[in-house]
Amino acid sequence: MALLEVKDISVYYGVIQALKGISFEVEEGEIVALIGANGAGKTTTMQAIMGLIHPKTGSIYYNGERIDNIPTHKIVKMGMSEVPEGRHVFQELTVYENLMMGAYTVKNKEKIKEDVQEIFKLFPRLEERRNQIAGTLSGGEQQMLAISRALMSHPKLLLLDEPSMGLSPLLVNEVFDIVKHIHQEGTTILIVEQNAEKALQIADKAYVLETGNIILKGTGKELRDNDDVKKAYLGG
Amino acid sequence: MDFIITFLNGLSLGGVYALIALGYTMVYGIAKMLNFAHGDIIMVGGYVLFVFVGLTGEPILAIILAAFLCMLIGISMEKAAYKPLRGASPLAVLITAIGVSYFLQSLAQIIFGAAPKFVVIADLGTITLGSLVIPVYSIVTLVVSILIMIGLSLFIKFTKTGRAMIAVSEDKAAAQIMGINVNNIITVTFLIGSFLAAIASVFYLLKAPNISPTFGSKPGIKAFTAAVIGGIGSIPGAMLGGFLLGIVEVFSNSVPQIAPYTDAIEFLILIIILLVRPTGILGKKRREKV
Repeated sequence: MALLEVKDISVYYGVIQALKGISFEVEEGEIVALIGANGAGKTTTMQAIMGLIHPKTGSIYYNGERIDNIPTHKIVKMGMSEVPEGRHVFQELTVYENLMMGAYTVKNKEKIKEDVQEIFKLFPRLEERRNQIAGTLSGGEQQMLAISRALMSHPKLLLLDEPSMGLSPLLVNEVFDIVKHIHQEGTTILIVEQNAEKALQIADKAYVLETGNIILKGTGKELRDNDDVKKAYLGG
Repeated sequence: MDFIITFLNGLSLGGVYALIALGYTMVYGIAKMLNFAHGDIIMVGGYVLFVFVGLTGEPILAIILAAFLCMLIGISMEKAAYKPLRGASPLAVLITAIGVSYFLQSLAQIIFGAAPKFVVIADLGTITLGSLVIPVYSIVTLVVSILIMIGLSLFIKFTKTGRAMIAVSEDKAAAQIMGINVNNIITVTFLIGSFLAAIASVFYLLKAPNISPTFGSKPGIKAFTAAVIGGIGSIPGAMLGGFLLGIVEVFSNSVPQIAPYTDAIEFLILIIILLVRPTGILGKKRREKV
C-alpha cells in the first residue's frame, strides 16, 4: 500500500477545471516529483492533498485512510506537512515564533526544545536570526525557515511546493541538498518544481503535469532522458 | 482644572471605545469580516444587567451573568449566521451581519418594549482631590479597561492560542497547514469580543443608566470608526483609535458652541485619516516577498 494515493481527482475553480482527473502514488521512503509549467495544476494538486481545497471527484488516501474530505488541521496531525509555494512564513512573527507555530501539533515541550536545537544545527543562519522578525529575512532565509517550520511537526510525508522559486542558483543547490538530507533522515517527499532538471535529479519517480493532466510518468532518470521532456522542460 | 477632569473623562470614554473596537478589529483580522452586530452585543449585555440587577440586587453577579450570556450569544451568532457563509462573498457576510443586528434589536424590542429601561448597577459617586471633583466611574472605567487590554495583549503574545490568532489573521492557509483549527480560533475571537462588549455595557450603564433596544448602535458605530482610524485588523490600532476618539468626543462636547457638531467632527477625522493613510494609523499594507 502506498503512503499517499491520489485517485482520479478533479478540481474546479468556478467553471474552470484545474485538474482533469489525475492519479499518482507516493511510496514510503520515496522522493516523488511533479513537474510542469505554470498553470499545469501543480499547486492545486498540493492544496488538494493538504485539504485546503476539496476535489469534486476522485479520492485521496493517506496511509490507507481517505483524506479528501477532512480539514487541513487534521491532515497535519496525521503526519503530513507542507512548505507552501511562496514560503508563507508568518511575516510578523520572529524566526523562533515561526518554528513554534510549526510545532503547534506537538505537545511535548522538551521535544520541541530539542527539535529547535536540531534545526539550528542544520541552519545556523536561523539561529543567528532567532529573534528577528521573519518578514525582514532574505528570500533564501525565508525558504529555510519555511522548510524548518514544516519539519517541526515531524512529518512522515513532506510536501514541497516550488522550493527553488525566486532563489539564486547557489541557494537552489543548497535547498536541494537539504531536501536530500531530509529524505535520508527518513522523510518521504513529494516535490513540485518548475526547475525540472533539479527535481528529476533527486526524484525516484516523477510525473509530468500539463494543463490538468498527467501526460508522462517514469523514474527520474527515464524522464530526464525522454526527448519530449528534454525539449519542453530541460531546455532542449 | 476642568481640563484635567475633561481629559480623564475622555480617556475613560476612550477606554470603552477601545474595548469595543478590539472586538471589531479582532474579528476583522481573524475572520476577515465586519461584524456589524457587535454593537448589539453591548445592548444584550445592558438588558442582562437590567434583568439581573433588578432580580438579585447583586451587581457583581449580574456583571458575571452579562459577560457569560454575551459570550454565549456571540458564539451562537457566529455558528448560526456566519459560519455557514465561510468562503462566501464578503457582501453576503456583511448583509448577514446587518441582519443579525436588526434581529437582536427587534428581539429586544419584543421582549422589553421600545421605551428605555432604567438600571442602576451601582452609584459610585465622586471623590474630591483638592479642588478636583472626579467621578469615580471614570477612574474605574479607565483602570479596568487598561487592565483588560494589558491582559489581552499578554494573552495574544504569550499563549499558544494567542499566537495562533496572530497566525490566522496574517495567513489563514499557512495557519491551517501548521495544524491550527481555524474554526476554533474564530470561536475564541468571538468569545473575547463578546466579553469585551459585555464589559463595555457595564461602563455605559455606570455613566448613563438607561437601556433601549438601539443602545448598542451609537457606541458600535463610534468604536468601529475608532477601529478604522487605528487601522482595522490591528490590536494596538484599535486601542489607539479608541482613546483618540474618546478624547476628541469629550473635549468637543465640553465646548457648548461646538458640542452639537461632535459626531461630525469625529467622522471628519475618520475621513481625513483615510485620505492620508488609507489603512489607518497603525494598519499595515501587506507586502508579499516572492
